[in-house]
Amino acid sequence: MTADASNGVLAEASGLSASYGGPVVLEDVAFQVEPGMRIGVLGPNGGGKSTLFRVLLGELPLSRGEVAVKARCGVVPQTERSRLDYPVSALDVALMGTLSRLPWWKRPGRDERRRALEALEVVGLGELANDQFGELSGGQRQRVLVARALVQDARLLLLDEPFSGLDKQSAARLSSLLRDLATEGRGILISTHDIEQARRWDLVLCLNRRQIAFGKPAETLTRAVIEATYGGEIVVVEGGDSGSVTAVLPPHHHEES
Amino acid sequence: MLLFADEASSSIWRLLFEPWTHGIMQRALAEVALLGLVGGALGCWIVLYELSYSAESLAHAMFPGLVVAALWGLPLMLGAGLGVTIAAVTIALFGRIPEIGRDTSVSVVISALFGLGVVLAFSPASPPRLQELLFGDILGVSTVDLVRGASITVLVLAVSVLLHRQLLVVGFDRTTARSLGASPTLVDVTLLVLVALTTIVAVQGLGNLLVVAVLVGPSATARLTTRRISSMMALAAFLAFVAGTLGLYLSYYAGTAAGASIAGATVVLYLLVFIAQGATSPNESLSKDVLQTRSPK
Repeated sequence: MTADASNGVLAEASGLSASYGGPVVLEDVAFQVEPGMRIGVLGPNGGGKSTLFRVLLGELPLSRGEVAVKARCGVVPQTERSRLDYPVSALDVALMGTLSRLPWWKRPGRDERRRALEALEVVGLGELANDQFGELSGGQRQRVLVARALVQDARLLLLDEPFSGLDKQSAARLSSLLRDLATEGRGILISTHDIEQARRWDLVLCLNRRQIAFGKPAETLTRAVIEATYGGEIVVVEGGDSGSVTAVLPPHHHEES
Repeated sequence: MLLFADEASSSIWRLLFEPWTHGIMQRALAEVALLGLVGGALGCWIVLYELSYSAESLAHAMFPGLVVAALWGLPLMLGAGLGVTIAAVTIALFGRIPEIGRDTSVSVVISALFGLGVVLAFSPASPPRLQELLFGDILGVSTVDLVRGASITVLVLAVSVLLHRQLLVVGFDRTTARSLGASPTLVDVTLLVLVALTTIVAVQGLGNLLVVAVLVGPSATARLTTRRISSMMALAAFLAFVAGTLGLYLSYYAGTAAGASIAGATVVLYLLVFIAQGATSPNESLSKDVLQTRSPK
């Protein structure tokens, strides 16, 4: 269950470009994921976040550049994509993480069940192991999917918009879980289109069909970078928790009638 | 009084047991058990993968194969196998033409093949067992048919046990299945082959038009009340057997067509469970409906 933090880079890319057979949808991406790093992957819908994840998972070939993934990847998809009416328990879902670890014809045994239960304990859901997956709250389902990635023994976690639709309490719980997992030496990529959320992670990778910037949020998330990432214009409204509220207007918004 | 009760109970026992003293009915019951096993195991995946329409199409597509087998005096299973293979290859070929697409190719090929089957069936050399092809002849199942059916059932069950975890992962979330080590393509192809094999077994008993009843009905019923795949499968197999037995009783005592009676009993069981569930937990069944409409394909 524990990941070795002493090893070097978990994944790195340089000059990465990718396409789905047609025009290039993502280009000039270069970054490194080190153990213990939580990296926000910020960008608009269609900005290339999912494409990047698919490249890292080896599901999409590169059109140019290089990518090296040196750790096992675990995906935590948005829970709306899973079948909520599917007849499985939280434990069944966590056990899905054993698929690649066992010969394909073999059923999970006592060891695998123990691992899956441990992973559910780690994400704080040990007591709900036998509950129906579809009947858990959005935040709980998200954590079950994190547990599934832990059962895979994934040292690199790819989370797809994990905070969307979560209430404050669930979001705080997930944040602290991600912090713990990073402390264990895992690398975590968190895709988001929320700028405020991206400020919370160790590093931020801004994508808008190409890499706009990569670095520490405080230095990276400048007005120019955010505008380039969202292809729009920033409007700052005073007030709120952080003293200001940032909104990015889409390009050519004035053309709308 | 006691004597009367004894007589009543002994006559009930007689009514219950008498049908099974005939060889025809014993073989029909064995066929029903086979259909229950294979339909229960595979029917759940058909329902969970939303393949009910595909299963029905597959059954219709094998119709010309069945007619040709009947005309030439070949075993029906051979005709069914050939029919399914031709349908699958034709769909695959037409589906590759971009202007036609997969969905259109399925409906065109299936309709064309079923139409061809009907033309052949009503030709001057109309096969003597036409009704059997359309509605099945569970009372005409021979021991050889049963052995063939049992072999296919064992094969289908073995493959679905071996592929169980892959089926579970791909059905749960196709988009991340690959990252977990599952292969959606392998699962899709294998599932279609298993459905075709199961249809071949079921066609013998229930015919081309009713085969879907046993493949989909019991599993859809089981899904209403179960919360785990394993219990859903066990219940589906049990319900298929119960519906089959009830259908056979009805056919024996009321003289109705056996296949249609079994299909009818399957539907009645579904309705009873649906109503009972709605009566006991209206909110739960409502929320389940909402979840079902929200679930992505």
